[in-house]
Parts: sequence; structure tokens; C-alpha cells
Amino acid sequence: MTFAEIQSRAKAEWAALEHGDKPRILIGSATCGRAAGAKAVLEATNAALAQHNLEANITEVGCIGPCYAEPLMDIIKPGRPRICYSQVTPEIVPWLIEDYIINDNPHSDLALGTIGDGSLDGIPRLFDLPMLKPQVRIALRNCGTIDPEEINQYIARDGYRGLVRALSMTPEEVIEEIKKSGLRGRGGAGFPTGMKWEFCRKSPGTVKYIICNADEGDPGAFMDRSLLEGDPHAVLEGMLISAYAIGATEGYIYIRAEYPLAIDRLKIALRQMTEYELLGDNILGSGLNFHLKIKEGAGAFVCGEETALMASIEGKRGMPRSRPPFPAQSGLWGKPTNINNVETWANVSAIMLRGTAWYASYGSDKNKGTKTFALAGKINRTGLIEVPLGISLKEIVYDIGDGIPDGKRFKAVQTGGPSGGCLPASQLERPVDYESLTEAGSIMGSGGMVVIDEDTCIVDVARYFLAFTQSESCGKCVPCRLGTKQMLNILENICQGKGKVEDIDLLLKVSQQIKAGSLCALGGTAPNPVLTTIRYFQDEYEAHIKEKRCPALVCPELISYYILADKCQGCGICLRACPTEAITGGKRMVHVIDQSKCNKCSTCLNVCPDRFGAVVKVSGEEIKVPKKPVPITVSKPDTYTQR
Amino acid sequence: MTETELKERLTEVLTHYTGQKNELIPVLQAAQEQFGYLPAEVMQEIARFLRISESTVYGVSTFYAQFKFQPTGKKKVRLCRGTACHVRGVSRILDEVEKQLGIKPGETTSDLEYSLETIACFGSCALAPVMVVGNNVYGRMTPKKVAPILDGTEQ
Amino acid sequence: METIKLTINGVEVKVNRGTTVLEAAQAANIYIPTLCADPDLEPYGSCRLCVVEIEKIRGLPTACTTPATNGMVVHTETPAVNEVRRTSVDLLIANHPMDCLTCRQNQQCELQQVTAHLGITERRFPRTDQAFPVDTSNPFFDLDRNYCILCAKCVRTCDEITGINAIDLAFRGYSARVATFGDKPLIESTCKSCGECMVRCPVAALTPKETRRPIHEVKTTCPYCGVGCQMYLGIKDGQVITVRGDRDNEVNGGHLCVKGRFGIAEFVHHPERLTNPQIRKNGKLAETTWDRALDEAAARLGQYAPNEVAVIASAKCTNEENYVLQKLGRAVLGTQNIDHCARL
Ligand SMILES: Cc1cc2nc3c(=O)[nH]c(=O)nc-3n(C[C@H](O)[C@H](O)[C@H](O)COP(=O)(O)O)c2cc1C
Ligand code: SF4
Ligand code: SF4
Ligand code: SF4
Ligand code: FES
Repeated sequence: MTFAEIQSRAKAEWAALEHGDKPRILIGSATCGRAAGAKAVLEATNAALAQHNLEANITEVGCIGPCYAEPLMDIIKPGRPRICYSQVTPEIVPWLIEDYIINDNPHSDLALGTIGDGSLDGIPRLFDLPMLKPQVRIALRNCGTIDPEEINQYIARDGYRGLVRALSMTPEEVIEEIKKSGLRGRGGAGFPTGMKWEFCRKSPGTVKYIICNADEGDPGAFMDRSLLEGDPHAVLEGMLISAYAIGATEGYIYIRAEYPLAIDRLKIALRQMTEYELLGDNILGSGLNFHLKIKEGAGAFVCGEETALMASIEGKRGMPRSRPPFPAQSGLWGKPTNINNVETWANVSAIMLRGTAWYASYGSDKNKGTKTFALAGKINRTGLIEVPLGISLKEIVYDIGDGIPDGKRFKAVQTGGPSGGCLPASQLERPVDYESLTEAGSIMGSGGMVVIDEDTCIVDVARYFLAFTQSESCGKCVPCRLGTKQMLNILENICQGKGKVEDIDLLLKVSQQIKAGSLCALGGTAPNPVLTTIRYFQDEYEAHIKEKRCPALVCPELISYYILADKCQGCGICLRACPTEAITGGKRMVHVIDQSKCNKCSTCLNVCPDRFGAVVKVSGEEIKVPKKPVPITVSKPDTYTQR
Repeated sequence: MTETELKERLTEVLTHYTGQKNELIPVLQAAQEQFGYLPAEVMQEIARFLRISESTVYGVSTFYAQFKFQPTGKKKVRLCRGTACHVRGVSRILDEVEKQLGIKPGETTSDLEYSLETIACFGSCALAPVMVVGNNVYGRMTPKKVAPILDGTEQ
Repeated sequence: METIKLTINGVEVKVNRGTTVLEAAQAANIYIPTLCADPDLEPYGSCRLCVVEIEKIRGLPTACTTPATNGMVVHTETPAVNEVRRTSVDLLIANHPMDCLTCRQNQQCELQQVTAHLGITERRFPRTDQAFPVDTSNPFFDLDRNYCILCAKCVRTCDEITGINAIDLAFRGYSARVATFGDKPLIESTCKSCGECMVRCPVAALTPKETRRPIHEVKTTCPYCGVGCQMYLGIKDGQVITVRGDRDNEVNGGHLCVKGRFGIAEFVHHPERLTNPQIRKNGKLAETTWDRALDEAAARLGQYAPNEVAVIASAKCTNEENYVLQKLGRAVLGTQNIDHCARL
């Protein structure tokens, strides 16, 4: 079969699906959807359909983004627009099937929005909603819409046409095109992709490799997982284009083992590509030979670093090495090698399909195109987003993410994972681009964006990141191996109220030297969370050090629980629940916490009935309470008798 | 497991590989899949198979967090220590799991039923905090959900 | 080979292409502190002491890993460079025992040297240490990981030079350590006790059990086998106490095996060692002079027909000695029965 034939068949199949007479049901079944219960929804759907003797086309699709609303289910009735339902539970499924599919009541109360053509009264268009309006889908163009296990659906949506176009050009022209698009690496550092390819193409040698970096080790990041689970071919097509441009005949996908679903979907995708002669020798009759292997990581964050990644593929300890030589000169097995991130490749296939002018029309001057972010933490709408570069942090946090839950105050947004930093409210107007985030002391990184509210201790966050980098340091070079250990010790001391005034200066000094002296960027960026938190939240450090106070009431050593004498009703719930038997009391007695026995587990605070609210958590202050249980003198609160 | 049984099972695993050095990590992964952990004899046999030194196998296997050197429980309980999960209070879930199972991360219950581990990040941050038991992912965890999930009575 | 020119601290240096910046500096007698570089080993870049500034290159590259290029301008002692070096050493000594006076490596320790070079006289960081048990299982040297700075010279030596790979780095980060398979004692590993790792260890993590230092050294050839390794015997009180390979010798380039490195002092001074020839008379050995012994041997050999005699050379013989011996066999004794024990 020629590609044209494959394509027209795929398009016909897709049209039959879209305009067929059966309803279609799409269930968001990426790992996030599954964690929210997509499998149970699928089972309930099958059961409901069977019960009513209905037929429908069910597709398990990837993640469309709004994970906070998972599980997501889209229903497309013939001749009707596609409706996306959120927070679908197995209990809701039968209603939707009965009320909408059978009785034509679209249940606008349960609908999140409509997608694509057509509209329905009472249901907004999904992409008009504040959370989706600022978004532009380039890398995620097919996620949540196509069946990631069906190459035909990708092809029907113009998949692999970018490759066909590339094959009609010279490799140099392809590189020129990528250079002109302004695409920069999405793995973190933002190096211009076209330039990187050119180095590799120009490196002498007949054997060259390309590698897809799908290690995604940043805690708080899941863009690459979503992309691979939702649309693996977008990435694989990008790799083929690059193989042609660079002259590589072999490639690897290095993917973390924690992503079993993405690995399965990649394996299926590779099989289907081989069947269509999109992989192997003489791809699409063009003379291009390219073979791809999947390598599973084994649990080491540092293996996302390219030289460590290559060592790992070679079967060695994943320890980075000095550059030069650069991978483009001497990489995997000493051969010229080009490494790009998952999202970078997905952009490549889009650029080759739709052209550089289209791509460059998004984003800002030096930062073209879009970037995906994994929005998580203390934010209302968590999920996966794709926005044009240059958008402000504020738009992301407040428009797309809808701000902070429970009326809490925004404290900071953490970008760039353990290599990045915490940016406070004063930085919210900042455009999200490589240079601007670096200037603020953070980095773009791979796209993790974790929002922190007033209940989060900033020193604890810095300590958390240092604990991460310290445990993930490969141990090869001195500044990172021993420096992160020293920094972590200092931060732990501060969190435990053992900090010294000089510690802040010492932290700043070591940070600079670790950044300047480390072999690889793991150590080179590890101090960033500490530097930014000191830069923007020095007062919070000082509260811990000078006043032994944790303003967010988080650090266990700095907080105490007290039972208020005028609120305690002597019910004894806390006494029975306390795991360390720190509470004494008795019937109609004010209960008392023995501070020396308390392990700050907060159980008493959680179990004390809300209507009493007798337990308080404080830091840096002492509350006057009886030393021993005393008889209760105050009367029961009104609220108690009323209920 | 007897020594011959162990040898036989390992031999079966090794038939899928050609014996090249760069297969070390995949071979270790397959062996761990087979045995649940990496017994010393298995690592030594792998060294012979790939014609590399035993210390190299040890150096590589101890570098990667995935590899275990002690038998692990039938059910693996894994908690995410990712940023989002940290901020959303995974440590309280961890406390609860520790209480329920009576073990700390990295340990296995004495009846070899459960092992507890923490993982850098599952990439399901939007549903933080996340707990994984076997292959089932549980999002938006609360301490109360722990016991029913562990004893299999969860809805 | 193509030569290139670069400037280091204002001095113009000419070197062959392929030379590292560190080697170029050393060729020009410019000192750059190092702890993990070794002329026999591939560049590694872990200690970060050799960082330098190179114009037009971002950051602080390590001299030991960076190839010198034509026109390069290098500065080896700038404030930025010295800050990084100082922090690395500060971190190392915070993680290192501070018993220099009684340390086996005192005055030979490279960490002491760089600390002195940088003028460090106080500790900036609190101690971080892990208490490792000392591995004393090897009869000739000890491995005390408490002193180890993880330069990996030992494991690289055991890989790149000896090819034994008895030890490797295990675990990672702060828990990384030099280990045998399964963390067994060295003696239970595949270690051949050659001590090549020990001689390269910059600190007191790998040290010989013999802790005395020689007064003077004598250059000689190793008597054990025919390879002809050159070595220096260290002498004190008329006794051989140490052995050191001669790096400048083309035969062994400084390398020695377990016999040469650790087997000489004992056999030279062994009470049972024969120092004079002996002749057996009536079943009893009696000391004699070389002349009488040789006469006796010649007389007895003469009693046999050529094909009744066989000549077996000792593995300790050098090539020249072997040549002379086979010549004696073929030309004088007339026998073709000539062999070599080829084992010891
Ligand atoms: C410690 C460390 C971890 C990294 N992890 C990743 C990762 O998980 N995924 C990724 O794509 N890049 C990661 N990188 C960046 C890669 O080294 C590399 O720059 C990137 O894959 C290049 O691709 P790009 O040009 O398409 O961005 C990491 C870098 C460091 C120093
Ligand atoms: S900076 Fe850290 S991770 Fe990178 S080489 Fe050094 S020790 Fe290893
Ligand atoms: S003594 Fe020789 S064989 Fe033994 S560990 Fe050292 S270098 Fe390797
Ligand atoms: S034992 Fe010595 S040579 Fe080996 S890594 Fe430690 S300090 Fe370096
Ligand atoms: S000598 Fe260059 S980094 Fe150690």
C-alpha cells in the first residue's frame, strides 16, 4: 500500500466513525483518568449499553487536560455536537446513557462543555471556557480526541504528512525549516533544536543515533507521559523527520519504567508503524532506514541528563560526563547522537505539517510556539495545559487554573521542578518564557508548575527539593555529592528550629559554588529552589531561625497543639485517638496535652468535633492552658444545644 | 525456591537476550520481574552471561532505585513523593500506611504480603496525593481511604 | 602530529593536538590542583579542583577533561576558580577524618597538598561522616572508606589498567562507595592484590599495611619473572621495606603485580632463603662456593648422553637468561629437550 492509499483508507474510516449512525463515547483513559476511576466508568458504560441493548463506539482516549474534572467522558450522538462530561462516576453513567443517548436530554448540569462544531443550549463551548481559551493545542493536538492505539486515527488527522513533506525536501532544507520555526528544546534548557540537529548532521561519521528523552523525572511533571499516552505517533513522526534530517539510522526512546501505560502504547505504535513501513528499511520507499528501540529507565532522575542517559542505554551507571565532547560529536557508543525531549519531537511533526510561519505566529520574539505545563498543587483546576509562550504566570494561575482552593492566599508558583524556583505574587506578571523565568531565578524546565498556598511552608518546600536532588545526585562530583548534603542538613536544622543566623549566608555562598562547580546541570541547578526562596521569602527563613516560628504551621518541631480550656467539652475523643497517649482528661474535665509526649501528628485537631473547635495549632507562641485536667467551668456552646 | 529451580527460571529469562553488555539493565529488570528481587546468585549468573565482572553488575544494580536486593511482598504499595503530592499532604497518607502495615518505606511485612516504597513521581500530579497498589493507581487519597484499599474492601 | 599553541596565564604553550588543558599546563610547569586526574587513566572530572577559566567558554570547565585547542586563552588562578576549588576542598575535609598526624598517608596525602595550596586553615562546614568499617581482609593493604574522596581512581585502575574489575562504585549520591560484589571483603572478591589501586589512591583510603617509610631507594629489576619490571626497593635499617614501580621504565610503566609489589621484602629477608649454593653429599646438603658448585654441575652433566639431559628454565629468568640457557642446552649439552616452567 502506498502512503496515499493508507491515508485515504484512514480518512474514510474516520469519516465513517464521525458521521456514522452509532453514538460515540470517548473515555479519558490516561494514567490520570485511570487513577480517577476511568476503568470503572468504562465498565459501567458497557453494562448500561448492554442493558439497553444499545450499540456505541467506545474509544479510550488520552488526556484532554482538565485532570481536576476526571474521570472525563465525551458523548457524540450522530448529528449532535461532542459533549464533554466531567467527574463521571459509575453511578452517573446509566443516567447519561438513558437520559441523553436514549431520551435526548443532554444533562447540561453535568456537562463541562462542547467540543468542535455545533453547539447546544445551556452548554458552553469547552474551548471558550476560561481554562481553555488561552490555550493553543500544538503538541497536544490529538490528545483526548484520537485512540492512541490506532495509527489510522492519527493518519486520518493528517499524521505522517509532515514526514512525507520532509522526505520531499533535502535534509538541509528540513533543518533550515526547523531553525526558522524558532523551536527550542522543551526538555528544559531551551536550546535551539534546528541548531542541535545541524551540529549532529555535520559531525563526521556514518552511524548516528537519535534519542527521545522520555525520562520525565521532575517530580510534579507529567506532560510527556500524557503526550505519549494520548498521541504517541506525534512524537514518533517527529523522530522520523529528525532521523532523515540528521542522517541517523537508529534511535532509542528512553522512558521511565514508572510509565507502564505509555510504554505499552509506544510498543503498539511501533508495531503499527512497522506494518505500514513507517519504520524499518526504505521507509515509504524513500530510501530512509530507521530502527527504533524502547529502553526503560530504572529509577534514576539523573538519567534525564543526556550524557547519563546515554551511559544508561549502554548498560552503565547513569553518571554524567564532562562535555566536550558533546553528544553531537561523540554520544552513544562514541557516535554522533542527537537527543530531544518528547514534546520537542511532537512540535517537530506539527511544524513540518503546517509550516514555520504558522508555528512562529504563536509565542513571543525569542520564544516561539507553545509549551505544555503540568498544573498541580494548591490550585482549583489541576491538569495539563498547553499555552503560547509569553503568556503571564498570572493568566495560568488565575484564568486557566482558577486560583487557589478554599479561599486561601496564593504564596508562590514553583516552576522547573527541583532545578527551578518558587516565584511569589510579585512575579506573577512575568511572561512565561525561557529568559524571563531565568531572570527571576527560576527556570522554564520541562513544565512542572506547582502552586503553593499560605498553608505551605516555603522553607519546607526548599528542604523538600534539596532532599530530592540530594538523594538523586549521582555522587560523581564533589560539589553536588557533598554540597547538597550540607545544604540539606542546614535546611533540616532550620525546619527543626536549630537554624543559626549565619545559615542564610552560608546557604547563599555554597549555593553559588555548587552552581559554578558541579559537573552536570543536576548539581548546577540544585540550589535554585533555595536561592529563590531566600530571595523572595527571606522573612520566612528568619521567622524559623530567629523566632523559632513556622508561619505556615507546617514544620512539626516548631508547632504545638493546645486544647483551649474555654472550648473543651471533655468528650474524650481526642484522648482516645492520640497515638502517643499525650492527652489526659476525664469526664467533664478540660483535657490537656502533655507537650513532651506530643509527636505533632495533628490527630486531636482533626478529631475534635468542629462544633467544639477546642484544639488549636500554633507556632512560636504559647497558649495559656491548665497544666493538669481541671473541671469544665464554661457552659456548652449554643451551637451544641441547637443541633 | 531450590537452586536448580532458580537456575532454570533464570535460564529461561536469559534466552530472550543475546549476551551483549548493553543488555545489563534490561536483563536485571527481567530477572527482577521473575524473582521479585535480585538474589546474589542471579546477579553473578548475569555477570557470567554478559561476560562482565560481578562488581560491575553490583555497581549498576545499586545505582538504580528500581532494583531490590531483598525479597519483596506480593503486593507493592507505593506512595508518590512528588512535589504536588508533597504539597497536598502525602506524608499523612504515608503515616497511615505505615501504621496499617507496621513497616517503613523500603521494608516488607514479615509475612511477605506487602512492601512499602516511595517513588519520586508517578506523573499523576493533578490527582495528588497518589498511592499505587500493585498496578492500581489511587488518586486524591485521604488517610481514611487507606485501610479499605489495603484490605481490598474499597469501593 | 599537529602542534597547537595556547596561552595559559599569559605564557604561550605549544602542545600536540589531543593534549588536555591540564597536561598543557603541566608541560609548562603551571600547577593546577587535581585529585582525580591520573596520567594513566581516562579523564574523569569528579573532584572539580582543576577548574579554570577559558576565554570564550561558558562557566568553569575542568582542565583535566577539556582538550586544548589552538588559540585558547586559559586562566588557572582567578577568584571564581579559587572559590570553587576552596568549596570543594571544604566539603571534602568536612567529610574526612582529621587525624593527619597519625594518618598513614601523612605528608603523602594529596588532599593535604591541595588544602595547603589553597591556604585553607579552618573548617567552614560542620562534619558529615558515615562510619564505614575498615576492610583489612587483604594481607597487603587496607581499604578504609572513611577517608575515601570517591575520585574513583581505584575502580578506574582496576578497570582500565588491570582489567580485573574487582571493585566498582556502588550505590549513588552521598551513599556512593567503592565496593566489591555484594560488599564482600576484598579477599573474597576477584581482587588479585596487585595494589595498582592502592598506589593511585590520593588519600589514606587504600594504604599498605607496611607503614614504615624507607630512608633511601635502590633501583632494580623484579626477580620474579621474565617480564623485567623495573622497580625501586625502599630500604631502611638494611632491610627492604617498600617497593615502587618505576614509572619511567618502558617495560612496565610503573605497574607491578602482586608478587613484585608485595612479595619481595618477605622473600629477600626470609630466614630459609638460600644465599649460597649447596651440594648434596651422602644425602646431606652442605654449603659451598659458586666455583665448586659449577664445577660439580659441569662434571655431573658430562656423564650423560645429550638426549639423556633436559633443560628447564625458571620462570624467573629474563629473556636474556633464557636465551643463554637454551644456547647452553643446544650448543654445549647438545640436547633438544628444552622447556620453560612458565609458571610460578
Ligand atoms: C538532572 C537532569 C534531568 C533531566 N531530565 C530530563 C527529562 O526528564 N526529560 C527531558 O526531556 N530532559 C531532561 N533533561 C534535559 C536533557 O539533558 C536534555 O537537555 C534534553 O533532553 C534535550 O532535549 P531538548 O533539546 O529537546 O530539550 C534533564 C537534565 C538534567 C541535568
Ligand atoms: S552534578 Fe551531581 S548528578 Fe551531576 S555529575 Fe555531579 S554528582 Fe552527578
Ligand atoms: S589490588 Fe589490583 S586487582 Fe585488587 S582491586 Fe586493586 S587494582 Fe583491582
Ligand atoms: S579508595 Fe582512594 S582511589 Fe579509590 S575512590 Fe577512594 S580516594 Fe579514590
Ligand atoms: S582533576 Fe579534574 S576534576 Fe579532578
